[in-house]
Amino acid sequence: MSNVNQAAGSNPEKNENEIQSRDTVGLTQKQIIVKRFVKHKAAMGSLFGLIFIFIFVFTATGLQFGNSQNPTTVPGWWKFKITDIDPEGAIAASCNGGVTGCPTLDLAPSFLDGDGIRIGAHPFGTDIIGTDYFALVVRGAQQSILVMLIVGFLGIVLGTTIGAIAGFYGGLIDAVLMRLTDMFLVTPTLIIGSVIGYRFGNFGVIPLALLLGFFAWMGLARFVRTEFLTLREREFVDAARVAGASDRRIIFKHILPNAMGIIIVSGTLLASGAILAESALSYLGFGVKPPDVSLGLLISQYQDSFSISPWLFWWPGTLIVSIALFVNFIGDGLRDAFDPRQRRHISFKDRRNAKELNGKRP
Amino acid sequence: MFAYISRRLGMMFVIVFGASFMAYNLQAYSSNPLSIFGESTELNKDFLIAKMIRDLQLDVPPPLRYFSWLRGIIGGLWGDFNLGLSRSDIPVSEIIGQAIPVTIRLVITATFLAIILGVSVGMITAIRQYSRFDYVMTFISFLLFSLPIFWVAVLLKEFMAIQFNDFLVDPVIHPVGIVITALLFGFVIAGFVGGKKSGFFSVFGGAAIFAGIVLSYLSASRWFIEPSLGIFGVTFLALCNAVLVIQLISGVENRKGIYAGFGTAIAMAALYYPLQLLMSASASFLNVIAIFAITIAAGCGIGFIVSPIDRRTYIRIGLFTALLSTFPIIVDRFLREFSEYMNSDAVGRRPIPTLGQANDLLTPEQLNNYWIHGLDTAVHLVLPTIALTLISFAGYVRFARGSLLEVLNMDYIRTARAKGLTERTVIVRHGMRNAMLPLTTILVNDFAGLFGGAIITEGVFAWRGMGQVFNNAIRNYDLNLFMGVFIISAFLTVMANFVADLLYGVVDPRIRIRK
Repeated sequence: MSNVNQAAGSNPEKNENEIQSRDTVGLTQKQIIVKRFVKHKAAMGSLFGLIFIFIFVFTATGLQFGNSQNPTTVPGWWKFKITDIDPEGAIAASCNGGVTGCPTLDLAPSFLDGDGIRIGAHPFGTDIIGTDYFALVVRGAQQSILVMLIVGFLGIVLGTTIGAIAGFYGGLIDAVLMRLTDMFLVTPTLIIGSVIGYRFGNFGVIPLALLLGFFAWMGLARFVRTEFLTLREREFVDAARVAGASDRRIIFKHILPNAMGIIIVSGTLLASGAILAESALSYLGFGVKPPDVSLGLLISQYQDSFSISPWLFWWPGTLIVSIALFVNFIGDGLRDAFDPRQRRHISFKDRRNAKELNGKRP
Repeated sequence: MFAYISRRLGMMFVIVFGASFMAYNLQAYSSNPLSIFGESTELNKDFLIAKMIRDLQLDVPPPLRYFSWLRGIIGGLWGDFNLGLSRSDIPVSEIIGQAIPVTIRLVITATFLAIILGVSVGMITAIRQYSRFDYVMTFISFLLFSLPIFWVAVLLKEFMAIQFNDFLVDPVIHPVGIVITALLFGFVIAGFVGGKKSGFFSVFGGAAIFAGIVLSYLSASRWFIEPSLGIFGVTFLALCNAVLVIQLISGVENRKGIYAGFGTAIAMAALYYPLQLLMSASASFLNVIAIFAITIAAGCGIGFIVSPIDRRTYIRIGLFTALLSTFPIIVDRFLREFSEYMNSDAVGRRPIPTLGQANDLLTPEQLNNYWIHGLDTAVHLVLPTIALTLISFAGYVRFARGSLLEVLNMDYIRTARAKGLTERTVIVRHGMRNAMLPLTTILVNDFAGLFGGAIITEGVFAWRGMGQVFNNAIRNYDLNLFMGVFIISAFLTVMANFVADLLYGVVDPRIRIRK
C-alpha cells in the first residue's frame, strides 16, 4: 500500500524522511496524492481558475454543435452572438478621438476615475465591423478548450495503449511499435498539423482536434513504455502472475494504476501544448477558418491594428495565456503530488520539531 | 561498436522511409492542386488541367508516385541526388539551399542565448530551492511556457521596435522608469546571490543603486543614440567576467586564481587600443577570428605564468576570462557604428525594424563595411531573437532545475560534503557536471527541432527561410517542395537522436552501448 510508511518503519533513524512521513501515516496512496495536490497552492488556484473559465465561456454564448452551415445551438446568457453586428453600439462606444468599438468594461471604482464600475453594452469592445468582441472571444475560448480536451483525451488513450502494449510484451511487438512511434515523432507536429489543418480546418474544430490528437500521442507512449518496462519486473507483478492473473488483469489492475502518475502529468502537458498548437495553426491560417473563430485566428486577424485598437489583441491573447498557464500549473501540482521521491520543502518549524524529537542537532 | 552504429543507421533509414511515405501520402491526398481551376473561366481550361496532370503526374496514385520521388533521394548514393522541381520549375534543392542559411542565422543566436541563460538560471533556482528567487523564476518560466510566440512577437514589435524608435528621438528615460528598472535589477541580482535576509537587502540595495546610477548616466549622456562601451565599460565587464570565472573554477580564496583572472582582465583592457587596429572599416570575419586568437593566447599565457603548480586550472581561468571579455571589445566596435548607421538614408533614424531579414536600401559602400553590415544583421535579429529566446528559455530553466535537484539529492553529493569539500566544489564539480549529462540529449534534439520551430517566427517577422518555403509549399500544393522541407527536418531529427545517444555514451561512462 503505502511505500512511504514502510520506508519510515524499517528505518529506525529519526531523519528528515520521518518528518515527512509523519504527515502520511495511515493514509492510502490516493489520499496522500490528493492531500499533496490540495496543499499545492498554485495548482489549486489554477484548478479553480480553469473551472471558472470553463463554466464562464461555455454558459455565456451557449454551445454550438455540428458544422457552421446548419448548427444546433443551446442558448446562453450573453445577448450577442458572433453573427450579430451592432454598428450603432460600436459607434456609441468610441474613444481616443473617434476610434469606434472601445471596450465599455470599466472596473475602476468611481473614486479613481469618476465613471464607476460598469459593464456596458460591449465589455470587450467590438471589432471593426461592429461584432461584439466578447461573443467572439468566448467562442474562441470554447474552441480552444474543446481542442485541449479532445487532443488530451485522444493523446492519453492512444499513448497509453501503445506504450503499455510495447512495454508489457517487449520483444518484437515493442520494436515494431517503437519504430512506429519514431516515425510519427520525426514529423514535426506543426508540419503535420498544417497539412491536416489546411485540408480539414473548414470542417470545424472537432475534426481538426481529432486529427491533431491522432498525431500527439508519441511522447506519452514513450514515457508509458519506460514505466511499464520497469514496473513489469517488480515483485508484485511476479506475485500476481504466480497467483494466476491473466495479462489483461496484470496490465489493468496491477501496472496501470502505478503508471497513472506519469500518464496524468504528461496528459496535462499535452493538453497545454494542444492549445498553443491550435492557436499557432489558426494563426498561420491552417487551423480554424472564418466565419468560425478561434483565439489564434482572432490574434492573427487583428495583429496589425494593435496600435489603434489594442483590445482586439489583448483579450484573446490573455485568454490563451491564462488557460495554458492554469493547465501547466495543474500539471506541476500533479507531478509534485504523484512523485514519491519528491523531496518536500522542510520548513524551519519542521526542523525545530525534529530537533526536539531527536534531542540532538539533525 | 561498428555493429551498433550500422544497426542504428539502418533503423534510421527505415524510420525516415516510413515517415516520408506517410507524409507524402498525407499531403498528396489532402491537397488538390486542380482546385485552383474550380472557378476558372479561361478558354484553355481543359488544356491547362491536362498540362498540370501531366506535369505533376497526378494520374499516378500517390503511393506509387512516392517511389518516383524516392528515386531522387536514393540517387544520392551514386551522386545523382534530386529533390525534384518545385511548381515554379526551380530545383527544390536550390530553394532549400538558399533558405537553410537564413533559418540558421535566425535561430542560432536565440538558441545559444536560451541555453546559456536558461541553464544558468535553472541551476541557480535549484541551488536556491524554495527561495523567493526560485518562486519568482518558476512563475516566470511557467508564464513564458504558456505564451504563444506570435502573440509575443506582436507585443515586441510594438514595445521594442515602434516605441523604442520613438524613444530614440529624445533618448531620456523617465525617472520612474529608472527607479523601476533599478529595483528589478536589484531583485534579480540579490536573488542570484541569495543568503540571509540582511544580506539580501544590502545586495539588493547595492545593485539597485548601481543600476540607477548607470541608467541615469546613460540617459543624461544621450548614450542610446551614440552608444559605445569605451575602455571603461570594457574593463568593467572584463573584471566582472573574471570574478564569475574565478568563482566557478577556483574560488575566491585561491590567491593565484585571482591573479590569473584579474591579470587577464587587465590584459584585455591593455589590448583594447592595440586591437582597434584590427577593426578598421575594411575588416572581415578573419579579423574577428584573429582578435579571438590574440586575446585567448594572452589569457592562456597569463594563466601559464601565474603558477607552475596546477597549471591547467589557471590556464583555464585565463582562457575563459579572455574568451568572455573579447565579446565586449567587439560589441563596442559595432556600437560605435550605430549612430552613423542610424542616421544613414536607408535607416532614417528608426533603427529597429519590425519586418525583414536585411535592409535592402543600404549602399554598396555600407554593405562592404563589415561593421555596418553586421550591425544591420544584428538589428534585424533583435526582435526574433528575443521572441525565440523568451519562448525556449522556460524549457531549459525547468529542465536544468529538475536535473540539478535530482543530482543534488544523490548519495555521492552527501559523500562529497562529508569529505569536507567546499560547497563550490560540491556544486560545480559533483553537481553541475552530472546535471549537464541529461541536458546533452535535450540540446542536440533542440537544434534539430529548430527548423520546425521557426515556421511561425519566420512568418511573423517576414524572414525568407525554411518556414516560409514550407508555408508556400502548403499553400501552392507544391508536393516536391513540401517533401524537401520534410525530409531535411526528419533527417536532422533522426541524426540528432543518434548523435545524442553516441554522445551520451561518451560523456557518461556509466552508459555502455550494447554491442
